[in-house]
Amino acid sequence: MKPKAILIDTKDNVATAFQDLSKGDTVTVSLEGREATTTLAQDIPFGHKFALSPIGLHEPVIKYGEAIGLATDSIGAGQHVHVHNMESQKGRGDK
Amino acid sequence: MEFQGYRRKTGKVGIRNHVLIFPTVVCSSEVARMISEKVPGTVYAIHGGGCGHVGEDKEQVIRTMLGICGHGNVASVLLVANGCEAIPPETLIPDLEKMGQPYDVVSVQEDGGTPGCVEKGVRIAKKMVEDASKLNKEAIPLSELILGCECGGSDAFSGLTANPSLGIAADKLIAEGGTAIFSETTEMLGCEKILARRAVDDKVAQDIYDAIANAEKTAMSGGVDIRGTQPSPGNIKGGLSSIEEKSLGCIRKGGNTTIMQVVKYAEHPAKKGLIIMDATAADVMNDTGLLAAGCHLIVFTTGRGTPVGSNIAPVLKVSTNSVLYNKMTPNIDVNAGVIVDGEGTLQTVGQEIFDKVLGCANGDMSKAEALGHKEFDIHFRMII
Repeated sequence: MKPKAILIDTKDNVATAFQDLSKGDTVTVSLEGREATTTLAQDIPFGHKFALSPIGLHEPVIKYGEAIGLATDSIGAGQHVHVHNMESQKGRGDK
Repeated sequence: MEFQGYRRKTGKVGIRNHVLIFPTVVCSSEVARMISEKVPGTVYAIHGGGCGHVGEDKEQVIRTMLGICGHGNVASVLLVANGCEAIPPETLIPDLEKMGQPYDVVSVQEDGGTPGCVEKGVRIAKKMVEDASKLNKEAIPLSELILGCECGGSDAFSGLTANPSLGIAADKLIAEGGTAIFSETTEMLGCEKILARRAVDDKVAQDIYDAIANAEKTAMSGGVDIRGTQPSPGNIKGGLSSIEEKSLGCIRKGGNTTIMQVVKYAEHPAKKGLIIMDATAADVMNDTGLLAAGCHLIVFTTGRGTPVGSNIAPVLKVSTNSVLYNKMTPNIDVNAGVIVDGEGTLQTVGQEIFDKVLGCANGDMSKAEALGHKEFDIHFRMII
């Protein structure tokens, strides 16, 4: 069966959609013994991320086992994680 | 673990046994090709360098030429000079002597123009091939193998499938005591702290900061703000939320181990383990730099597809998605698209890449070699 999303590092708190996913979809990702099941709170387009667990305001968003930015809002499990609720720690060039 | 390879008098090891016909300047490159095409068992390199270089650029070209001519995969080298170039054979010979690399020289100006030079070169090259054929393979520990990690023609899957899989293969090689080099400094922007934290000591951490700052400054001197435009609107539409995320997708191809050293383009590392080569992201120039730095082979991940190979080494292609794999199957050695299709995982593809690396080290041909690819290009910033 085609996986709906991928977890790249066991330390990550987000997964990345491998296809366009819909609100209400239940998505399970697994890696090296870690398994996480999430019900999506929003539609998640291909290539975009969703939270596997709640991420508090100013907490790191972790992908590749590293902080790819900090949450600018409190993010619930299954929510879309993108530029509207996280920000690079290096600043963003397009704004 | 071990592989069957060649142990050279230079102290290097090789996984191929090439006789290299190497022009010392662009002017004699066609003559080098003519010689090589008349002698089965030889390879040649066409490049645009050898004259008009100054300063650090000139040092970089010399370092690259020596790295290629003295490469572990090269049994012996025939230097083909024109005769008046800025980097004549005399510049390279003392180092080749010091290394113990078998070499010889022909010159277009001194050996009777094109026909005379070709005739003499063919005679010498035939003897070199005969001598090289007498060398036997022996068991060599995997700890002596150096892998180059490259990505080019990336797509939205690169950072999700092929690059993390290649990283797993690199981690496996390093666990065996081996070495992996990844490069493309501009693709490390935003990850300075993340990479520096993985450095073995403060000096390497500082070298990482310096290399990335320097790449940014170089782009700025060309009038381009490469940080200020990241991630691009297209990246954001595709789901990338920060420059850290974009860069991590690239650097993951080097795996997750401690960074032991930062080397310059075409510089041999003094350490084993994971190495960063501070160099251009242009694919063929980067490959040439990785090989000149001592890589025995390269694994190259691609999302859009590329045919690129090398004249002296295997270049294994990993597709990031199955659409590309199906379009360019003759060029692709491993399909990481199976991860998206549910027919594989990062671990299984990482293992497959590692197994292919081991196979190539033992003599299996990469598809690029079987197809006759021999791309080669020395990086320099200017010719005056």
